[in-house]
Amino acid sequence: MDIVFYITAFVTVISTIMVITRHNPVHALLYLIISLLSISVIFFLLGAPFAALLEIIIYAGAIMVLFIFVIMLLNLGKETARQEKEWLKPKVWIGPAILSAILFVELFYLITIADVAPYNLQTVDPKTVAISLFRPYLIGVELAAMLLMAGVVGAAHIGQHKKMILHRFLKEEGRL
Amino acid sequence: MKSSIEIVMLLAGLLFVLGIAGVIIRKNIIFMLLSVEVMLNASGLAFVAAGSRWAQPDGQVMFIFILAMAAAEVSIGLALILQIYHQHKSLDIDKLKEMKG
Repeated sequence: MDIVFYITAFVTVISTIMVITRHNPVHALLYLIISLLSISVIFFLLGAPFAALLEIIIYAGAIMVLFIFVIMLLNLGKETARQEKEWLKPKVWIGPAILSAILFVELFYLITIADVAPYNLQTVDPKTVAISLFRPYLIGVELAAMLLMAGVVGAAHIGQHKKMILHRFLKEEGRL
Repeated sequence: MKSSIEIVMLLAGLLFVLGIAGVIIRKNIIFMLLSVEVMLNASGLAFVAAGSRWAQPDGQVMFIFILAMAAAEVSIGLALILQIYHQHKSLDIDKLKEMKG
């Protein structure tokens, strides 16, 4: 069981590194889907099958489809990949990489310094999750529903096409 | 899995750090949004791991809330990206200097 976890964690980390270093948006998206699938395997290993299914269905299914739609709509292809290659120089990424490596080493130290006893893992089945979701956390569900509706209305409002108007005196130039 | 929880927390921290690095080093807005997704995912992993440590459903409930939040955030963010691309013909964040920030 443990070796499965380590292999999956390795796949997750490698594919996430690929996501933040690829030049082509579609390649980055495909690597992100691999990362999401391997995280869902980790959820299964942790005894959370419901979260694993939601991860596959909603993240890798719905949200990634949104990204693919936008990338296809904007027609990002070889041109973007070339531009990204120009932007992503070692001078740009070496500083943030070192700083985040320092943060990660600190985190590693803080987590490994604690001496935690091993424990037996239990599966939390969907029924327990549903009972908890719709009894104590009902107000959270309602707030999430309001958030999602605000998201839909906001996306529909922002997404409508308007003519670019810089200033009322510059209207003639600004008209596309 | 008989081992302890800290290795899972370590993985979540590593993914979060990778997401932060991605937000910082990329100049294209789409890649920044992807890195934010990686960070949200890492926090969800931490919640689920903590919930499974004490065999309570609360971790998974929080993961569901994070999922709903991520869906709303992505729809708004992608609508903004489309609008920015139509107005500026570019996704370079350094070109979006209208507000002189």
